[in-house]
Amino acid sequence: MTDQQRDAAGGDVRLTGIGKTYGSFTAVHPLDLTVPQGSFFALLGASGCGKTTTLRMIAGLEEPTTGTVLIGGQDVTALPPYKRPVNTVFQSYALFPHLDIFENVAFGLRRRGRKDVRKQVDEMLELVELGPYARRKPHQLSGGQQQRVAVARALINHPQVLLLDEPLGALDLKLRRQMQLELKRIQTEVGITFVHVTHDQEEAMTMADTIAVMNGGRVEQLGAPAELYENPATTFVANFLGQSNLLPAEVTGSDGGDLLLTAAGGRLAVPKARCSTEARHVHLGVRPEKITIEHGSAEVADGRNRLAGTVLDSSFIGVSTQYLVRTDGGQEVTVFEQNMERDARIVPGAPVVLHWNPAHSFALDAAQAIDAGTAEEAA
Amino acid sequence: MSRLFTWIRAHLVVLAGLLALAYLVLPNLVVLAFSFNKPAGKFNYEWNQFSTDAWTNPCGVADMCQSLSLSLQIAALATIGATVLGTMVAFALARHRFRGRAATTAMIFLPMAMPEVVMAASLGTLFLNMRIPFGFTTILIAHIMFCLSFVVTAVKARVMSMDPTLEQAAQDLYATPTQTFLRVTLPLAAPGIAAGALLSFALSFDDFIITQFNSGPTTVTFPMFVWGASQRGIPVQVNVIGTAMFIAAVALTVAGQWLDNRRKATA
Repeated sequence: MTDQQRDAAGGDVRLTGIGKTYGSFTAVHPLDLTVPQGSFFALLGASGCGKTTTLRMIAGLEEPTTGTVLIGGQDVTALPPYKRPVNTVFQSYALFPHLDIFENVAFGLRRRGRKDVRKQVDEMLELVELGPYARRKPHQLSGGQQQRVAVARALINHPQVLLLDEPLGALDLKLRRQMQLELKRIQTEVGITFVHVTHDQEEAMTMADTIAVMNGGRVEQLGAPAELYENPATTFVANFLGQSNLLPAEVTGSDGGDLLLTAAGGRLAVPKARCSTEARHVHLGVRPEKITIEHGSAEVADGRNRLAGTVLDSSFIGVSTQYLVRTDGGQEVTVFEQNMERDARIVPGAPVVLHWNPAHSFALDAAQAIDAGTAEEAA
Repeated sequence: MSRLFTWIRAHLVVLAGLLALAYLVLPNLVVLAFSFNKPAGKFNYEWNQFSTDAWTNPCGVADMCQSLSLSLQIAALATIGATVLGTMVAFALARHRFRGRAATTAMIFLPMAMPEVVMAASLGTLFLNMRIPFGFTTILIAHIMFCLSFVVTAVKARVMSMDPTLEQAAQDLYATPTQTFLRVTLPLAAPGIAAGALLSFALSFDDFIITQFNSGPTTVTFPMFVWGASQRGIPVQVNVIGTAMFIAAVALTVAGQWLDNRRKATA
């Protein structure tokens, strides 16, 4: 089979009931996951959530306790890593220190007995803009360059699936942003399925078509970035992916397509379609940037969720201002306001009114921890 | 006065370095100088007259070159034996958890800690009781035994410091376990293995005590020859061999450094 034919044979990854336990510790609870061919798929979660273990089970570097791994329709569960049509970009890059860049990139081709590797390696080094560095040793390159070598070394083999294990974790912020776009460009160009493990929610949202948010060895929610952000299914997703205001609320009735509830001393509404629960006690969620903050004397249009409160703190962060408001019901609410027309009266201690479109709220079952996935919980 | 102190302070490290170097090299230079001596009596301790006799006829002393050749053979074989065995032991200890691992680690360390003369005598008793005739084989077995510890220590340290993801990366890039070992693991462990081997060669070539207790009547190694000769007066040729070995060692080191620098410069 030529590489082109093999690519066409499909690079979808299907995990069925795959799980991993170490003694009494369960790293990954049996999970089902399908990564469509050609997609950019992210496994997102805090450290120790099982995302890397899942990736390593796809690579064959970790043996699953239960379940099967299918790549392009072929069951590879029993195959050792060197017989799987996947390649990995490791977090530490794992470039061979005793080989130069050219030989690092040629490693996979040579192991499969390819003779004339020079042309392919040169082309690949051109793609990642490292042509002049072919005869350097890995330690003579910067972090960003090493990262590109690691990508080139994996991609040159035309794997059906490319696995990326926190590949940008060691880079500084600016370079990371640049490499995110670069990786996305390469993925679009070569059309290979990418499975990307990261703890950086912004990185996952920038790059991936589909994100699986993992927590405690389970997939919390799976979907497109915008869908996860706008309609989180659990408090963990609501807090881990961006920031959310979650207010304990009680359902009091319904009005057409809306559910009516009381929270933080106000009567609020949320579309039924955005409730992931039937429970009476819920957490009402709203993203800080969806809230409009106005001076207490302002008039609010009908049909908007509205809460009165007092400004506790405000911090100017350039593009926006972040307010911390205590509502009359006693809850603290964070608000991000674009710095367009700032109302000079909104200072700490000032009475304010917060209002937002009910369609921007969501409701989650109150049986879950309200602070799951926040930085405080992690610490 | 204060200027003098400033000067001393600025150059203290260099001065200390030069003193240490002198301390290390001076004995070798004395050996070198006396290799060109023509001693008046039997003993080559006082300068008498410059001569190149010993250099032009290094094997002129009875049995000396024979003992040198024996020492080199034993050192070479002991190095090969200890390096191969030691590397395997080091990998086993560094990579695997097995029953008796802690005991093995302790036992491996023992020959380095134990007084050599005790080990020598014990080994001699062992060979005697097992009715193994003393000679080339017994010396070789003894040398491999004590060199093993040094190889294991050197290689194990290297293997422990190796990043295990490199081997995973090799496997991920289609290398079979054998290819992974030959292409990645072994080259990465090579500096440790080389250090162990060099140490083994030097220790084996140089060993006197253990050899003395485990050699036969016809197997006289170079150190044993020198010891024997020192009773009657050490021939100048011994200085020639000593100097030649010193120069060879320095040349090897310099060549290694030069190769390393060149590789870094072209890379």
